[in-house]
Amino acid sequence: MKRRDKDTTTVNLQVEVAGIVLKNPVMPASGTFGYGEEFAPYLDLNSLGAVVTKGLSLYPKAGNNTPRVCETVGGMLNAIGLQNVGIDQFIAHKLPFLEQFDTPVIVNFFGNTQDEYAEVAARLDALPGVAGLEMNISCPNVKHGGIVFGTDAEAAAAVVSAVRKKTTKPLIVKLTPNVTDIRQTARAAQDAGADALSLINTLTGMAVDVKTRRPRLANTIGGLSGPAIRPIAVRLVHQVVQAVDIPVIGIGGITRAMDALEFLIVGAKAVQVGTANFVDPNAMATIITDLEAFCRAEGIADINDIIGTLEL
Amino acid sequence: MKNHKTIVLSNQEIAPGYFRMRILAPDYTRLAKPGQFVMFRVQRALLPLLRRPFGIFRAGFMPADCDTMPPKEFIEIIYKVVGSGTEIMQGLHQGDPVELLGPLGTGFDTGATRGDNILVGGGIGLVPLYMLAESVAEPARTQLLIGGRSRDDVIAVTEFERLGVKTFVSTEDGSLGDAGLVTKVLEKRLESTPQATVFACGPMPMLRAVAEICRMRGVRLQVSLEELMACGVGACLGCVVKGDGHSDAQPNYLCTCKVGPVFYADDLAWEGMPAAAGGDCGETP
Ligand SMILES: Cc1cc2nc3c(=O)[nH]c(=O)nc-3n(C[C@H](O)[C@H](O)[C@H](O)COP(=O)(O)OP(=O)(O)OC[C@H]3O[C@@H](n4cnc5c(N)ncnc54)[C@H](O)[C@@H]3O)c2cc1C
Ligand SMILES: Cc1cc2nc3c(=O)[nH]c(=O)nc-3n(C[C@H](O)[C@H](O)[C@H](O)COP(=O)(O)O)c2cc1C
Ligand code: FES
Repeated sequence: MKRRDKDTTTVNLQVEVAGIVLKNPVMPASGTFGYGEEFAPYLDLNSLGAVVTKGLSLYPKAGNNTPRVCETVGGMLNAIGLQNVGIDQFIAHKLPFLEQFDTPVIVNFFGNTQDEYAEVAARLDALPGVAGLEMNISCPNVKHGGIVFGTDAEAAAAVVSAVRKKTTKPLIVKLTPNVTDIRQTARAAQDAGADALSLINTLTGMAVDVKTRRPRLANTIGGLSGPAIRPIAVRLVHQVVQAVDIPVIGIGGITRAMDALEFLIVGAKAVQVGTANFVDPNAMATIITDLEAFCRAEGIADINDIIGTLEL
Repeated sequence: MKNHKTIVLSNQEIAPGYFRMRILAPDYTRLAKPGQFVMFRVQRALLPLLRRPFGIFRAGFMPADCDTMPPKEFIEIIYKVVGSGTEIMQGLHQGDPVELLGPLGTGFDTGATRGDNILVGGGIGLVPLYMLAESVAEPARTQLLIGGRSRDDVIAVTEFERLGVKTFVSTEDGSLGDAGLVTKVLEKRLESTPQATVFACGPMPMLRAVAEICRMRGVRLQVSLEELMACGVGACLGCVVKGDGHSDAQPNYLCTCKVGPVFYADDLAWEGMPAAAGGDCGETP
């Protein structure tokens, strides 16, 4: 067999989001990669653009009853209930592991109240090992009848500015797609001081076991993720990129480099890979290699030249 | 722990609806411990999307296709066809590409197998007990109690017998062995060997009854649980069970894929154990 000489043209995959320099635009989505150590046997954490942790709160959180996950066509529903070890345990036992790697650590966090958000942000701000904060605003505000912060532009603006006051680190606000017009919460977050936006979080969904006639999740309703949601996510990223001036990180149903490229082309500066990590623990490494191969094949020297090149 | 892109070596129906699949699995004879499992990717396509967890029935070597090659290392899984993933699996042939992530989880504490052992397997719950039976110091002092709904649900008995363990079969409809529940047999066996350690895997109602019997008699018990899993590596937190002393204020959730699938019965909160945990394999009680 005739082998073509390996093309060794270098391709620049480095991107920058809100002042965080990423080796490449690929990082895990919160909650699908644990605290990094769970995947270390399968994947070199040094190869990633960043590591994003499971969502953390001020105190440890128990989470929901089981069943917590179920598969649906092309995706899965989860209602984990944000189980996490809490900020103190994270700092003592999880962060030191992540600090060994030459990869920026982005800590995803949430709160039950505005004050809790602010306090977690203040704690994280003091940690040199944390490169950036990603705030999950898809959580109910227990002080205000459980209305989800991220579904109301005013509530979103208030909680983002409360957090902004507590940190000078890059602040990424993660948006929920479960709204009528995501551009409103996107602009609200930007105006309240977000340095970047990431989207989408899961879409609310439900599945029923027809034999028992019970919901397939103990929590009845869960969040849909995986390839099934990708077209919705691409559309929302496209709309948000048009509506704001800050960088956007695209998330939703990415399993291959081609999927990641869709998000980059509509204008995302980086992407997060979630459910695909469960399908293949090495998925992100393959995506990174294939992104480089795609650029080389297309004669693109710098991945930044692809970002926001959608032809309309 | 590794993800192997590998192939199916054979796949045969061994009883109506039950299949045994042999998969090329380098390193597994060395690495796999009794009670561990694999996350099995059924096919390259994203259907089904998630991997499916299966207990490792056994690991071994088989001759290579030609004499000059080293023997092939394999694992066997035994699965019951219950849904979309296992339906695709039953159609797989020799040479078909599949992926194995594993060996995963914490298996049986084999240090506890000195002396008399009673292994209790309900239906497909028999699977993880084979490697345990292989590992015991004195097979003659190990009893295997197999329960199933009918004779079709009783699998692999002769293989256990070949290991030299004493097997006792019972079926709910009496079509094979004693008529009745395997737990009745357990009570009888514990009369004659009250010092035995018990190891159990099967549907939740069975495990619950076994746990009660062992608790009443002060017998040490290890159980292997099943929970719905997405990742198998402790990252998604989908597979948790409530540990001993769990409360809303002081949660003690344990990952079935990491801390388990095998637990000491004393380490679990048996009240409120969901029906999904335990190997009901999709059958609604
Ligand atoms: C640690 C572990 C070891 C297992 N070992 C074996 C084994 O040796 N042999 C075997 O036949 N099965 C085993 N199972 C169960 C097996 O994983 C499921 O039967 C399988 O995933 C069903 O896939 P499916 O796509 O055919 O069914 P689906 O279409 O996904 O579902 C059909 C039914 O199976 C149930 N189910 C799906 N996934 C699981 C799961 N992870 N655990 C329990 N029930 C499930 C669902 O609740 C549903 O009712 C094990 C499960 C675990 C967690
Ligand atoms: C099991 C699971 C747990 C998740 N936990 C979190 C979380 O703690 N915080 C968060 O912001 N998003 C969480 N998410 C949402 C993901 O980060 C991501 O936004 C979503 O899954 C869409 O991406 P995907 O289709 O690639 O999975 C979780 C998703 C899954 C599947
Ligand atoms: S299956 Fe994901 S944590 Fe156990």
